[in-house]
Amino acid sequence: MEEMRRDEKVIVIGEDVGKYGGVFRATKGLFDMFGPERVRDTPISENAIIGVALGAALLGYRPVAEIMYMDFLNECGDQLINHLPKIHFMTGGKLTAPVIIRTQYSLGRSTGAQHSQFSLSLFMNTPGILVATPSTPTDAKGLLKTAIRGANPVLFVESGILYTTKGEVPTHEYLIPFGKAEVKHEGNDVTVVAISRMVREALAAAESLKSDGIGVEVVDPRTIVPLDMDTIVTSVKKTGRLITAEDCCKTSGVGAEIIAEVAEREIGYLEGVERVAFPDIPSPFGPPLQNAYLPKKESIIEAVRKLV
Amino acid sequence: MVRQRMLEEKVIELYKIGLIPGLAHPYIGQEAIAAGVCAALEKGDLIVSNHRGHGHSVAKGVPVHAILSELMGKKTGMCLGIGGSMHCTDLNAGVIFSTAIVGGGIPLSVGVGLALRMGKKSNCVVCFFGDGASNTGSFHEAVNLAAIWKLPVIFVCENNQYAISVSVSKSTSASIAQRGQAYGIPGLLVDGMNVLDVYEAAQRAARRAKNGDGPTLLECTTYRYRGHGAYDTGLDYRTHEEVNEWMTRDPIQRLEQKLTATKEVTSSELEAIRSRVNSQVEEATKLAKDSSYLSSDSLSKFVWA
Repeated sequence: MEEMRRDEKVIVIGEDVGKYGGVFRATKGLFDMFGPERVRDTPISENAIIGVALGAALLGYRPVAEIMYMDFLNECGDQLINHLPKIHFMTGGKLTAPVIIRTQYSLGRSTGAQHSQFSLSLFMNTPGILVATPSTPTDAKGLLKTAIRGANPVLFVESGILYTTKGEVPTHEYLIPFGKAEVKHEGNDVTVVAISRMVREALAAAESLKSDGIGVEVVDPRTIVPLDMDTIVTSVKKTGRLITAEDCCKTSGVGAEIIAEVAEREIGYLEGVERVAFPDIPSPFGPPLQNAYLPKKESIIEAVRKLV
Repeated sequence: MVRQRMLEEKVIELYKIGLIPGLAHPYIGQEAIAAGVCAALEKGDLIVSNHRGHGHSVAKGVPVHAILSELMGKKTGMCLGIGGSMHCTDLNAGVIFSTAIVGGGIPLSVGVGLALRMGKKSNCVVCFFGDGASNTGSFHEAVNLAAIWKLPVIFVCENNQYAISVSVSKSTSASIAQRGQAYGIPGLLVDGMNVLDVYEAAQRAARRAKNGDGPTLLECTTYRYRGHGAYDTGLDYRTHEEVNEWMTRDPIQRLEQKLTATKEVTSSELEAIRSRVNSQVEEATKLAKDSSYLSSDSLSKFVWA
């Protein structure tokens, strides 16, 4: 809202983002405040949503496109992967495409295999699009503002389960830079690099392990592209142990990349590594089945105990 | 049209001797569409092109040497040799972007139309695509959206009868122009081998777009004389007779005949045009050949803005 007030080129486009305010209420109130020209409901045409946002961005607009579930990004693969991240490059820098795509993943809310995916590594492997994964309301605000004011495409992935999180959000103007991790809990024995919802689980694990005298350092990268490897490596040099925690599938997940990068840079410091992730299966619907696989505080504690 | 034709003949020649790498899709036979549509546009009007886009760029006023340099991968190319044959961008000329993904430019052009409308500009955007693209989801999603929002977009479908080897009769149900009706916009069938017909239809569409009445779909029937790419003879799936039959309707010859018959232009004037364009293309070829490549260590600076 603040950004739309600040810059009239900021527009919102997506399914149900208008009067209804988005199925997750993320755009609530914007329609009444800024009107149907700047807050545009669209048909169920995800590929066109991204394409239209891209085209408008080429002429100076700053579209914030909402894609309801991260799974639906697969509907926009052409514009999202083939066009948006490459257009600046392919034109030798002549065009810029500052499109923000806000989406969320719902793993953990019994939404079934087609409404739960958190497929981050695909975008880490697609140069030209930034990826933010805020884990707190404070971070979400600061990162979104930075995204809207930047010159590059940004995939902004929120955690649906965290939508019910209440947290203090500073009312003053602040920006959080991309590529700057935050150490959300300090500790000397093991580094847990946690992403999105897993930050909350990692902090809970750190609290539990305190009574056992185990110091867990929780690092939240906040953006996956760019990834603040310096902060992660600094932490690993202190603790010697590295755990990654994410809601993605384990194989070729974000954790795999982080561990490989740490090994490339400072393998001598690595005494042990563990990956806490969703197994390589689609998400089941039934709560007991889903919970059996969902990474959580206990999974992190278990991983820590293996290493410490 | 002559410039488009001569450029493409040169492209094929350069491709065959290995000076143009990768892919290049000749526009020969289809020139009346780019020429007719772009003649109907005004300053500030924009186009979005596709993989067969050299002709569009020429017609919109991109210098020939910038196109040839791009095709050869040279840094004097319109995208510094990073884009290649299928990615033409020249903002001065109003060429926003050319996409190599069939149908991929259509949603993007609707976004450009939205920006023009929101910026209260009195311009329009043209999106060129082929018969193949009219069967992609992108086409349907984007045309619907442009129609709902009454955006100043002209959808120009160049029906050259084949999507690589598959004939439109085997791939496309009913006529493409009829699809306009499905979205509540005019869908016009135009003789794409007649530049004056194309010009007139494009003018009407541009007027409608600029009046705020919304998009138009023009299906221009045409034929590519060559294969899909410069590497393809086009004769594995088409007969000589069919190709020759279409060539009798050649858009350049038809216009020349008309102009000489009405004595608006003499044949020596036409010859002078050919000779002038030929020198332009030769000069552009030399410029492109003599240019250097971008250094590979500068590539990473184009990933992020």
